[in-house]
Amino acid sequence: MPTDVELELFVFMLATFLGLEIIRKVSPLLHTPLMSLTNAISAISVVGAILVTGAEGATFLSKVLGFIAITAVVTNIVSGFLITDRMVKMFKRREEKK
Amino acid sequence: MTHLTQYIYIISAALFILSLKWMNHPASSRRGVIAGGTGMVLAILGTFIGFPGADGVGIGFVHNWPWIITAFVIGTVVGVPIAYIMPMTAVPQRTALSHACGALAAALVGTAEFYQRQPHADTELRAFIMVALVIETLLGYLTFTGSLMAMGKLQEVLPQRPITYRNQNAVNFLLFAIAAGLAIRLAIVPTDTFLFPIFAALALLFGVLLIIPIGGADMPTVIAILNSYAGLSACAMGFVLNSRLLVVAGALDGSSGLILSIIMCKAMNRSFTNVLFGAFGQVQMSTGKAEHRTYRSASAEEAASVLEAASSVIIVPGYGLAVAQAQHKIRELYDSLTRRGVDVKFGIHPVAGRMPGHMNVLMAEADIPYDKLVEMDEINGDFPQCDVALVIGANDVTNPKARTDKGSPIYGMPILDVDKARTVMVIKRSMNPGFAGIDNDLYYMDKTLMLFGDAKAFVSELIKELPARVAA
Repeated sequence: MPTDVELELFVFMLATFLGLEIIRKVSPLLHTPLMSLTNAISAISVVGAILVTGAEGATFLSKVLGFIAITAVVTNIVSGFLITDRMVKMFKRREEKK
Repeated sequence: MTHLTQYIYIISAALFILSLKWMNHPASSRRGVIAGGTGMVLAILGTFIGFPGADGVGIGFVHNWPWIITAFVIGTVVGVPIAYIMPMTAVPQRTALSHACGALAAALVGTAEFYQRQPHADTELRAFIMVALVIETLLGYLTFTGSLMAMGKLQEVLPQRPITYRNQNAVNFLLFAIAAGLAIRLAIVPTDTFLFPIFAALALLFGVLLIIPIGGADMPTVIAILNSYAGLSACAMGFVLNSRLLVVAGALDGSSGLILSIIMCKAMNRSFTNVLFGAFGQVQMSTGKAEHRTYRSASAEEAASVLEAASSVIIVPGYGLAVAQAQHKIRELYDSLTRRGVDVKFGIHPVAGRMPGHMNVLMAEADIPYDKLVEMDEINGDFPQCDVALVIGANDVTNPKARTDKGSPIYGMPILDVDKARTVMVIKRSMNPGFAGIDNDLYYMDKTLMLFGDAKAFVSELIKELPARVAA
């Protein structure tokens, strides 16, 4: 049986190649919203921050660092998805306009 | 962790992948944002319901709710106004700030894990976990300060030109080597806790020193590289916490930043090492100083009559246009010309603006249809058949020297072939050379008309001249 580490390296390898292929196909028109979006997605580290802060027996240091981390990534999640949405809504074809 | 949570995580990961896939076209991009947001909400809920027990296995309960809820509330209260108030010209600064926040979070979580697990260091800080943990914190801390420096440069709080000193690269390399040495030592002996703060401080300092020698013109590349680092630090956190969802999301962000930085480097014909350690903008060319070259200038009235007579016009917008806040005036000019039956398109250089794709967002904000925004490789074939190329606030990306003059610092950089158009018009404040201090041969060609003035004011005058001529 492969260890957790080996499985994770495998997942990492696949996700990296998949990411490279998908991103290559993104229209250059949308590179700015793309970067906002990937940044919001990488705020998935909120999961780690919750695990650290909410753990039973978390030390005071863990709670403080986790608190700052959650605040920082939730800001990224909220502002990241909303501003990306605001940007992609601006991209209109001619016929869609009044 | 419950099985339910694992399945939720699988769905989240799939939604993230779809989300990026749907960014391939503006028509599906909105769906992409919704998919990404849904994946995020699911992941957060899944984490709460399947919280691991104290022993790391089994189901436990989330503790310290007040801390978590307060953090969520503050993050939301700060995040919403940022998203709605931020002007589109400031999106690069916001992006740099969010790279800083994301990287800081990864670094702090890594730091917390390091100390929290100390009592069980022999089982919970085994070599591999420590390797991932030092990578997470190293990338996290250096991206945090690096992104703050990039933000400072973009916001023009810090000087845009490169800040350099003697033996800079040697100092930086030495610093990085010490940090890496400490990282290796910590990975082997994780109980050496006194080394950790030194390691963290060095990483923070290295982030500052890495970015300050990079000039303002290179910010699109720098932002993309920092994006990649922030993603990789989240990915390393996934290894530490044994979370495949984090590994996938972090890897997607890391590869996205990598591709964007490669595109930016190619668009400037530079290598990574050159951007990071080259201190561009230092290169001062002393050519063209001696000779006084002649050029032709024209008034708004003359320019308007040329535009009116044209059947196809390509507008080349540069960041100078955004600085002058002329986007909406450009849109009026576009409307006015289109109504007269002139075919108007926009030629967008990949590095136009302050981050990848920035100019497209600025043009889209001004309601210019996206099918009129054409990327460099596609539009270059159209210039020879184009009656007028109108350059506004762009300089180096139109300089023919990039094709012809081997001695020029921009030689080899792909440019918009504006000089092949039948007539070229350039709106510019004065004949002063641009950001990189390189003289542009385009301005001295026989078919070039220089239109002197502020971009916004001049375009307004052009618009005023156009209807007047129809009435007459």
